[in-house]
Amino acid sequence: MKKTKFYSIHEKLGAKLVDFAGYKMPIQYSSIIGEHKCVRESVGVFDVSHMGEVRIKGERALDFIQNITVNNASVLVDGKVQYSAMCYEDGGIVDDLLVYRIAENEFLLVINASNIQKDVDWMKKNNLFDVDIIDESDEYSLLAVQGPKSIDVLQKICADTIKLEYYTFFNTKCAGVDVLLSRTGYTGEPGYEIYFKGSESEAEKIWSAIFEAGTEFGIQPIGLAARDSLRLEMGFCLYGNDINQTTNPLEAGLGWITKLKKENFIGKNEIAQIKENGLSRKLVPMVCDERVFPRTGYSIQVDGKKIGYVTSGTVSPILEKPIALGYVDISYVELGQSVNIMIRDKEVPAKIVKLPFVEK
Amino acid sequence: MNIPGGLKYTKEHEWIKVEGNVGTIGITDFAQGELGDVVFVDIDPNLDSITANESFGTIEAVKTVSELFAPSTGKILEINSKLENEPQLLNSDPYGEGWLIKFEIADLSALDDLLDAEAYSSLLT
Repeated sequence: MKKTKFYSIHEKLGAKLVDFAGYKMPIQYSSIIGEHKCVRESVGVFDVSHMGEVRIKGERALDFIQNITVNNASVLVDGKVQYSAMCYEDGGIVDDLLVYRIAENEFLLVINASNIQKDVDWMKKNNLFDVDIIDESDEYSLLAVQGPKSIDVLQKICADTIKLEYYTFFNTKCAGVDVLLSRTGYTGEPGYEIYFKGSESEAEKIWSAIFEAGTEFGIQPIGLAARDSLRLEMGFCLYGNDINQTTNPLEAGLGWITKLKKENFIGKNEIAQIKENGLSRKLVPMVCDERVFPRTGYSIQVDGKKIGYVTSGTVSPILEKPIALGYVDISYVELGQSVNIMIRDKEVPAKIVKLPFVEK
Repeated sequence: MNIPGGLKYTKEHEWIKVEGNVGTIGITDFAQGELGDVVFVDIDPNLDSITANESFGTIEAVKTVSELFAPSTGKILEINSKLENEPQLLNSDPYGEGWLIKFEIADLSALDDLLDAEAYSSLLT
């Protein structure tokens, strides 16, 4: 089991640690709901060093990215980030990822922890453009600082003035350590992600500086459990739950990143065909009014007939209502459609709503 | 891990406090930690009795759902109504304000099979 550079800090804080994607990761420090609200109301810090980072370098780096991802990376300039996905030939999703343009011939791809080996293998298998594919996942640490007060905290410890637009980044120093600071996140709040390659002592330096700067805002460490409820309130997809190799980007609501006008990319033909034939199902957001907890795999029914299943669910700490994402047969995906989620053989009425669950 | 002496425990991580022939049931500190934040406690308000080893309700927590099993048989005297609006009492005070039900113990000798604090604690290690 791997440990991040913050492992001993988590232990000292009394975090509940779980095995996740080969790492011992903090799932919760105090209360999951308390941590969740802390991010929505002020600022919280997540150790997400388990995420994967793969550097792509070479004269034809852009061609490689264009071929292997569904979004149009040619619009990127240095310092810009793009949300994208990699697909198989049949349109199933290999992974969703962030594409950072470091330089004209250099990109950093940030991928899901549980997919690192699979993704790197896929990239190497599809290296038609003779690029260098360098897996730097083990070297990088990654902290997400998220919440309305995140800028106030980071400005205190950053060597430069932070003027980042959403989905941009720059190289700077935080607490004296060289970092890539990116205005990205997985919570729906204004927030930043700090990438750095450094020793455990440098990691501790950054962590302590952030918490010292954040004391006045009631900053808290946040575990993976609250990370999940925060992303779900926004309706952000989680690989392994809402998207996987059997789901295509169109039915997952990722049509906006799937640029079918782009010259070519792996999966394009099949996805274009799916679009032409029409979708058979869609990922929809649902809200319940009853006191239940919709969980992954629960069946969704209309008039006693199964029409889909839940892929992610929780009780929203902000709405204090059960919320869920699930794939539903295309005949039942209209806004306001009533469905039943089957919870231990009981029909629980739910309604299809629009995203995000929690307005920002 | 808080495991108070003087209580009886079950392998399902519940505790019973026995006062005369009245039993109070709750979940242990270990159980609340494993469940994560409790969001709903679902015990039928019309339930009038419990039967040993049968389910008398469920706890929905962020991480998982857990069935509540009756450690003994008897008539229900009171259900903790505070849990309706403050289910998090199970996390913050599992042996106190987070109690679940009080019941009239039908057969006190049946409780002899339950664990004491020491035996429960060794179950967790």
